[in-house]
Amino acid sequence: MKNEFQVIADLIEKDKKVLDVGCADGTLMKFLKDNKNINIRGLEISKERVQECIAKGLTVIEGNAEKDLKQFPDKSFDYVVLSQTLQAFLNPELVLDELLRVGKKAIVTIPNFGYWKVRFHLLLKGTMPVTKTLPDEWYNTPNLHMCTIKDFFHFVESRDIKIFKSLALNNLNSSIINEGNLGVKNLFADLGIFLIEK
Amino acid sequence: MNTEKNIKTLIVKKPLKLDCGKTIKDFPIAYETYGSLNSKKDNAILVFHALTGDQFVTGINPVTNKEGWWSYAVGPDKAIDTNKYFVICSNVIGGCMGSYGPSHKDPDQKIFGTNFPVITINDMVNAQYNLLDHFGIDKLFSITGGSMGGMQVLQFISNFPDKSKTVIPIATTSSHSAQNIAFNELGRQAITADSNWKDGNYTSNDTNPGKGLAVARMAAHITYLSKKGLQEKFGRKLQEREDLKFGFDADFQIESYLRYQGSVFVDRFDANSYLYITRAMDYFDLAKQFNGNLSEAFKNTNAKFFIISFTSDWLYPTQENKDIVIALNSIGADVGFVEIESDKGHDSFLLDVTDFLSALKNFLDKSYEEN
Repeated sequence: MKNEFQVIADLIEKDKKVLDVGCADGTLMKFLKDNKNINIRGLEISKERVQECIAKGLTVIEGNAEKDLKQFPDKSFDYVVLSQTLQAFLNPELVLDELLRVGKKAIVTIPNFGYWKVRFHLLLKGTMPVTKTLPDEWYNTPNLHMCTIKDFFHFVESRDIKIFKSLALNNLNSSIINEGNLGVKNLFADLGIFLIEK
Repeated sequence: MNTEKNIKTLIVKKPLKLDCGKTIKDFPIAYETYGSLNSKKDNAILVFHALTGDQFVTGINPVTNKEGWWSYAVGPDKAIDTNKYFVICSNVIGGCMGSYGPSHKDPDQKIFGTNFPVITINDMVNAQYNLLDHFGIDKLFSITGGSMGGMQVLQFISNFPDKSKTVIPIATTSSHSAQNIAFNELGRQAITADSNWKDGNYTSNDTNPGKGLAVARMAAHITYLSKKGLQEKFGRKLQEREDLKFGFDADFQIESYLRYQGSVFVDRFDANSYLYITRAMDYFDLAKQFNGNLSEAFKNTNAKFFIISFTSDWLYPTQENKDIVIALNSIGADVGFVEIESDKGHDSFLLDVTDFLSALKNFLDKSYEEN
């Protein structure tokens, strides 16, 4: 399993109710269900991925986060997880509001556009960055609203969203992000993981 | 129409009060089973049939000598694996395959015809509930069905919230739409306009309102298919002729196909039953039973729901299935949903649609493992 998922799993206590938005093939869901006795649901847009989840015995709803989160009542989940998808929405601000409405807490991970390899790629090659966490070309990327860890940090602060924990992930290492090291983490992490609440 | 020796029946002694106000008792429910009930009695699946279905889900139907209506989905090693599960299906009341219906006789030994009480989806499931007692089953493993079968699934779990672990409504709705009612009314008008119908008092086979019933079936059959499916299968292909004949015979293959569908249907179905069952569907509005709040219908159940719709189904479209998902989500119920890609229209649930059958199988088998 991806290190990212391990870090997310560590943020969630046992016996909680969780919604995984954009749950893909259900890898994280399966892990949480088997290891933490978590009552977990998924929302996934791809029919193929939904079938894979069903084959794993997971409860998944085929749907679109931008339209279908509104059917869930306020604070109906302990945690809502959104892994590396925020940047792909037409309206990430709205999706984030919905995550924080439906979940008592939300865990959001973002591929960091401020990562040094991304900056170097653009600086030296002069072409749109392609990295491990950003594998697509400019013409076929699903990402519409790229941001950096620093952007996201400032964004949530400006909206009175409480950050419980923010982690910088680089390969196998995760470390805490705070005001003081934000600049450094923004340069050396390829992924940011945020535990937030509103 | 019925060869009674092939039909298993349960006589329900207990009086059943119908929605129309009348009470029936000592009435027959015709049923069939597949597979075997295990010692813990936790592997039973109650299947509900659609408008023109019957209790003969799979294998050869002993009355019509044709394949059962859900042969693709039910049987050994199939999606609903009869090596593993005990499948029960019964003919709905109002039907014509042995359950109490308009072709039965009233206490004065006169055939009911349209004197049979008008029945509802609620009456159907209340009648079928007696099968649980009959088999000594405290809790079913699953209930499932497509179309009108799905309506019965929804009504059943609403009436008996702790009587099934899993619930699988397929290609269905919680409330019959104006368009659904309109198509059913077209069918009923075709039947009642046939001079052989005689206000429902036809008796022998040769005076059946077969023409009217065939037209009803033809019209309904179109609603079960998609435009694309029809176009791909028939297009403008001509029926055993080189050119148009400038007459009103079946020039086109689609005409010939529909005529055939109509003609084989009248051999196995009773016109009055068609009136009664379509009426039951039209009256179905589960939300209305709960003052317009569909969620209330499910608030007492802990069952695990799995709802399936099909992209090309315009009779019970995805949105109507999703409305059920939304009602369940709003009360935090355990619900999964998938829309299956298929060109085969509403009939997709009866056909060999791989993604559908594998989703059904995976859901059932994984849920059973968690038992």
